[in-house]
Amino acid sequence: MKPIIDLINVDKSFGDVKALKGVSAQIMEGEFFSLLGPSGCGKTTLLRTIAGFEDLTGGVVLIDGKDMEGVLPNNRPANMVFQSYAIFPHLNVGENVAFGLRRKQLSLSEKSEKVKEALDMVGLEGYENRAAHTLSGGQRQRVALARALILRPRVLLLDEPLSALDKKLREQMQTELRRLQRQVGITFILVTHDQEEALIMSDRIAVMFDGQIAQLDSPFDLYTRPKNREVANFIGIMNFLPGSASQAKKGFLDVTVPGLGEITISEDQAPAGVNGTQVGIRPEMLTILLDAEQTSDRETPGKVLEIDYYGDMSYYSVAVEGVTDPLSVSMRNTAGRKALNKDDKIRIGWSSESLILLD
Amino acid sequence: MKKIMNSEGANGLLLVSPTLLYAFLLLAVPIAAVVTFSFWTQNYLDLDTTFTLDNYRAATEEPIYRILLFRSLNISAIVTFVTVILAFPIAYYISFFVPQNKKARWIFLITVPFWTSYLLRIFLWKVILGYNGVLNSGLKGLGLIEQPLTFILYNMNAVVITLAHAWAPFAILPIYVVLEKIDRSLLVASYDLGESRIITFLRVTLPLAFPGIVAAAVIVFIPTIGDYVTPKLVGGPSGLMISNMIQLQFLKANNAPLGATLAILAMISVVLTLAILWLFGKFFGWINRNYLGILR
Amino acid sequence: MKSGKLLTSFVWLYLIFLYLPVILLPLFAFNTGKIIAFPLKGFGFQWFYELAKIEALHTAVFTSLKIAIITSILATTLGMFASRAATRFSFPGKGPIMGLIMVPLVLPEIIVAVSLIVVLIKVLGLGLSIWTIILGHVLICVPFSIAILNGAFRSLDKSLEEASIDLGETKWSTFRLITLPLVMPGIISSLLISFVISLDEFIIAFFLTGSEPTLSVYIWGMLRFPARIPAVMALGTIMLVVSLLLLTASEYFRRRGLKRTGVQDTGGFV
Repeated sequence: MKPIIDLINVDKSFGDVKALKGVSAQIMEGEFFSLLGPSGCGKTTLLRTIAGFEDLTGGVVLIDGKDMEGVLPNNRPANMVFQSYAIFPHLNVGENVAFGLRRKQLSLSEKSEKVKEALDMVGLEGYENRAAHTLSGGQRQRVALARALILRPRVLLLDEPLSALDKKLREQMQTELRRLQRQVGITFILVTHDQEEALIMSDRIAVMFDGQIAQLDSPFDLYTRPKNREVANFIGIMNFLPGSASQAKKGFLDVTVPGLGEITISEDQAPAGVNGTQVGIRPEMLTILLDAEQTSDRETPGKVLEIDYYGDMSYYSVAVEGVTDPLSVSMRNTAGRKALNKDDKIRIGWSSESLILLD
Repeated sequence: MKKIMNSEGANGLLLVSPTLLYAFLLLAVPIAAVVTFSFWTQNYLDLDTTFTLDNYRAATEEPIYRILLFRSLNISAIVTFVTVILAFPIAYYISFFVPQNKKARWIFLITVPFWTSYLLRIFLWKVILGYNGVLNSGLKGLGLIEQPLTFILYNMNAVVITLAHAWAPFAILPIYVVLEKIDRSLLVASYDLGESRIITFLRVTLPLAFPGIVAAAVIVFIPTIGDYVTPKLVGGPSGLMISNMIQLQFLKANNAPLGATLAILAMISVVLTLAILWLFGKFFGWINRNYLGILR
Repeated sequence: MKSGKLLTSFVWLYLIFLYLPVILLPLFAFNTGKIIAFPLKGFGFQWFYELAKIEALHTAVFTSLKIAIITSILATTLGMFASRAATRFSFPGKGPIMGLIMVPLVLPEIIVAVSLIVVLIKVLGLGLSIWTIILGHVLICVPFSIAILNGAFRSLDKSLEEASIDLGETKWSTFRLITLPLVMPGIISSLLISFVISLDEFIIAFFLTGSEPTLSVYIWGMLRFPARIPAVMALGTIMLVVSLLLLTASEYFRRRGLKRTGVQDTGGFV
């Protein structure tokens, strides 16, 4: 795989506000890449610098190895799906989709063939003559996709394309977008603030905070091996406990956590190294041991403080002696599982592999 | 960073520049010229361009100019007061009593009469208010009066009535706009707190509508000062205003510098009055915050 | 609800007050009597026929139309520049600049008239012509045009233009293909309002008119001759109908524009 987009030290300021602070990343050909972060972290600005709507304050954007400095958006091999979809209200669906073909030397029949193909691809067969204002939110989104894909760009930029849809439709579009991306093989760059969406759809995710990329990894690595507390906190839920580390044998660290005892972890579980001051463990990595026969690697006694019922899951807030904040434990509500009540004394089971050491 | 700011700023300035240039050349420069003129004098056919305050002396010392200026201010103040007082209940009615889907129709209803020719509208008031006019013949026909009423034409009253009519929508609309913005739940909350309708109106609705009332007053006050047609048509000798004198100096007496001086004085009095109104608004806000505690 | 009833009766009285002159206008226009007073004589079209015979009136109408058309085009063009700049860009001195451009909205017209006469006649020594009137009318119409066009430009989603550029169009072709069609209703609305304002304007025309009087200046002259007044009433009736038609058209275009861009209506141009 070779990089299609190369961001080298990209800076962007609006007046005194620094929106991007030295962002560097490589986006590979044909991958589904996500920019994930809270609002105001600079992810949309980064997307717009790639599209060419924002001039850089510093740094370089290369697309396909070519410096994009001074190249206007209309001449970049990247097309965009806007958050508002930007469907031209005075044109019908067919005219919207064909808009980008206006400057191409194509016969009328070739154009309508391409429009049909594009609409088929997004599941809107026969919508050519529909007026723009008659479309539903999901249909608008599909038209926007067809309009951008008809030009066969090297890169498709998607600015929060699903945020305006309701939950059901959003989930459906997530799988559909993923399928579409595999089908056309074009690099997709998705901007989103929804961590679940990013995890489901992406090959790789860049988590951004405050104008910088905090971590760039695959969804799996991002979830299981977050590099710092901010990332760990933003993606999923994590319990944090104070701890101190010291070097054990080569490649391993000894971590002391009040309440949990001394634990030996491998170095790749400790991005902070021996300087780490806290350990993180995800709620689903903790198990409540329901009866005496059930055992685990490590066990810690505790007391149930509160239960939040989510239908398929339950979250338990469990007090553990020696640990200041209660731990959050999640359990699947499988058939026949013994119901727990407030104030039940229980044992928590866990394993040292699911711990990570952070600073 | 500077580059971006500059390019956006430069684009905006470039785009606005034709309109700005127009306003500058045909508004700012001319007004500056009027100011300059007011310090010159007319010597029969020639302009004497030596700096002098003679025009201002004449304008302030000769009773006729003073009388006209003060009468203009007086009439404008009365017109503003009357127009706003009459307009408020209408705006209130449309905002609070008319159903949502009929509001636009009511606004249209209010504005329709004002698309009659401005001259003819004022002339028709002369017809209505005249000695043998619609009002007098109507009242006589009903047997309410024996002799025609004479105090309603060719004096200040006629000017006030006519101008209160002419500026009605300009007073109604700003008040209506602020009334529409009032959160209705505030009023309900006030009723819930056991306040009566009248107390709610005085303590919630009126203070919240105050910016609209001020806007209406300003919008009516400024142009009426400079009205020329109304005093000329229905004012009679006792209803003439400063604009009539300005016109006389410019077009008849060929004394542009004096006309310019009068125009400047009219503008200055407008600005002064607005400043007083502004201070009053500040004062009202202060009273409100400290003693009534509504806007807190 | 005693206070409610009181308010309702006040509203009706006020409406009578508002509509009194407008009702009288056609009443006297169709009245066959020679004087403007009650009782009415009879119904007839004679004053409308008389209008057709007055040559000078036709010239005045033609002059006014010429002024109004040129004014509305110039004012709308200048309004578009300013409105586009104000809604899309932030630039240094934006507040004062837009303030200066909008000032004629709150300036007594006589001040505009006097200041133009000082500069154009006394300083530059130009003669009075329809162009001097146009200069003044454009000045007072631009703020109205901006107020209308601001609504149109503001309801235009910026990403529509970006999408067009993204799909390969240039800045200029985007303006032609996307921006212009979408703000067209606002432009038409602005043209119509400027046209009506210019047609009706009196003070500036009165001060700046040369040898060719405008319609309003001509009417002003006719008001001094009692014999002419019934015909003036007929003329006024026609003008009222035309104004209302134009305004209805303008409002129609404004609403259609809003609907097209899918924005909630937040009130009219008034």
